[in-house]
Amino acid sequence: MAEVVVDKVSRSFGSHKALDEMSIAFPDKGFYGLLGPSGSGKTTLLRMIAGFDFPDAGRIAIGGEGVERVPVEKRRIGMVFQNYALFPNMSVAENVAFGLSVRGETRGAIEVEVKRALDLVQLGHLGERRPHQLSGGQRQRVALARAIVTKPRVLLLDEPLSALDKALRVDMQIELKRIQREIGITTIFVTHDQEEALTMSDRIGILRDGRLVQEGPPEEIYDRPESEFAATFLGDANILRGVATGNGIRLPDGTVVVANQGTKPAVGTSASCAVRPERISIGEADNATLGEENRLKGRVSKRIFGGNSSTYFVEHRGDIIKVHVQNNGGTSLAEGQDVILRWSPESAVLIGM
Amino acid sequence: MMFTTRLLEALGRVWIGLLLSFLYLPICIMALMSFNASPFYQLPFEWTTGWYADLSRNGRLLAATWNSLQIAVFTTAIATVLGTAASIALFRYEFRGKRLLQALLFPPIAIPWLITGTAMLIFFFGVGIGRGLHAILLGHVALALPYVIVVVSARLQTFAPELEEAARSLGASQWQVTTRVTLPWIMPGVIAGGLFAFAVSFDQFVVSYFLSTPGEATLPVEIYAAIRKGFTPEINAVSTIIIGISMGLMLVTARFFKFGGEK
Repeated sequence: MAEVVVDKVSRSFGSHKALDEMSIAFPDKGFYGLLGPSGSGKTTLLRMIAGFDFPDAGRIAIGGEGVERVPVEKRRIGMVFQNYALFPNMSVAENVAFGLSVRGETRGAIEVEVKRALDLVQLGHLGERRPHQLSGGQRQRVALARAIVTKPRVLLLDEPLSALDKALRVDMQIELKRIQREIGITTIFVTHDQEEALTMSDRIGILRDGRLVQEGPPEEIYDRPESEFAATFLGDANILRGVATGNGIRLPDGTVVVANQGTKPAVGTSASCAVRPERISIGEADNATLGEENRLKGRVSKRIFGGNSSTYFVEHRGDIIKVHVQNNGGTSLAEGQDVILRWSPESAVLIGM
Repeated sequence: MMFTTRLLEALGRVWIGLLLSFLYLPICIMALMSFNASPFYQLPFEWTTGWYADLSRNGRLLAATWNSLQIAVFTTAIATVLGTAASIALFRYEFRGKRLLQALLFPPIAIPWLITGTAMLIFFFGVGIGRGLHAILLGHVALALPYVIVVVSARLQTFAPELEEAARSLGASQWQVTTRVTLPWIMPGVIAGGLFAFAVSFDQFVVSYFLSTPGEATLPVEIYAAIRKGFTPEINAVSTIIIGISMGLMLVTARFFKFGGEK
């Protein structure tokens, strides 16, 4: 087990900069989610930590040892591939045994370790099966058992759940997290699914165009995004644009929105303010009080029913503001109705340009 | 609708029946005639194994059969190993001139053997290789290589490169990856390629004819020489034995390596 440090790593493919002086420290025993749109460099980074590709410049260290020139087979990593990549000519047990067997472990030791790994993923009874006889979730578990049985220093997961259907995916998220805690292995996880990143990771790094946009614990990034990209990529966000006033922004119509989160941009510069749709409350009339709150008048242009919650699209001077409301039995608002939107300054994040 | 389907099905059966008849009837007749006493295919059929006894005393035909078998076996071994290695290299690596190399692999299959044979004869004389069994072996390997590469490469197209990556991530060396992951998957292709190589060599007449010397010939060349002198049912006998062996070989491999499907 070890921490992984990526230091100013760059990699270009032709004229395309896949990674541009990327630096991230992945904490020991942590579960780190790399999140980004396709082409953001997250997979390139993962493959580089694995040793399938080598950086043009920069350093990669696992447990303090520089590995940027070490080929994958000598790096002592475990990897789970998007399509599992189980060996079709081997049984489940043989798949799991492969890593130990190529290291020349004795037959007895292999048997013990394989059994332990298969038990850990709750597949102890399926060792004799062939991969094509397994369900997607079971294949996933075999791939995981195979990756961890060699006691790698770091576990790399390349969109491991993307091939599963939704219900199974949620089960596997919990399972994967349990196993990761149980063996306490540094885990780096690539995904484009923000929900998956939020539920599973201790820390998230958001990548864009080969650069790290922001990183930190999920709550921190969600509550205090430092850029419009981070705000909209991780979760849903309303972005209001205006001019910085110190502790907020002035919208084009003169309304001042006060925001207590984020770093204050210089007064007079253009700035924006991000508000999560579930932090906004929506009401028919201005039944005032609470003077601290931000208020905005608008008109409901659309309502989408989503089971446990509804999303209102409220128009304010040409901008559309999304509001999530729990369907807890209250009366719903009709399309075309005038409404007042309210949210506290604590729920608003200032973002400089 | 139903009727048309049935009609088409019936027609299909008749078609396959005719096809198999045309393929196998001549062979069956030849095999039968190798047990017929009359050297001129006269009926009624009179059972004898005399032609086989004659064959066992025909030194030239036996020596040629032995030559053919040896050359076919060596050709198969050399062409399969080289061809498989080349296919894996073409699959795994990107290098300068790869496209050109791949494109150049195919034309030899289409070039008439008569022309290839002439070219080889001239070339082998020019560089001092000359004629003889060694020249025949060299020629056969060259003829068989493209077949092996085509067949093995086709099989490799169904191989997921992530499997090699997964094996490497588990600590396997290049050699272990090849022998324990890649080769087992492409084995049906390798076997099929080997069979092609064997067939190309064992059937080969034109190139062998050009490259053989009077004392050292392969079976097809010797049969041709024998027919020119006067046909004897010994030829039927040796052909029947060879058909028996090669069909047996084909059936066994087809059964063991599941041609035409994975499951």
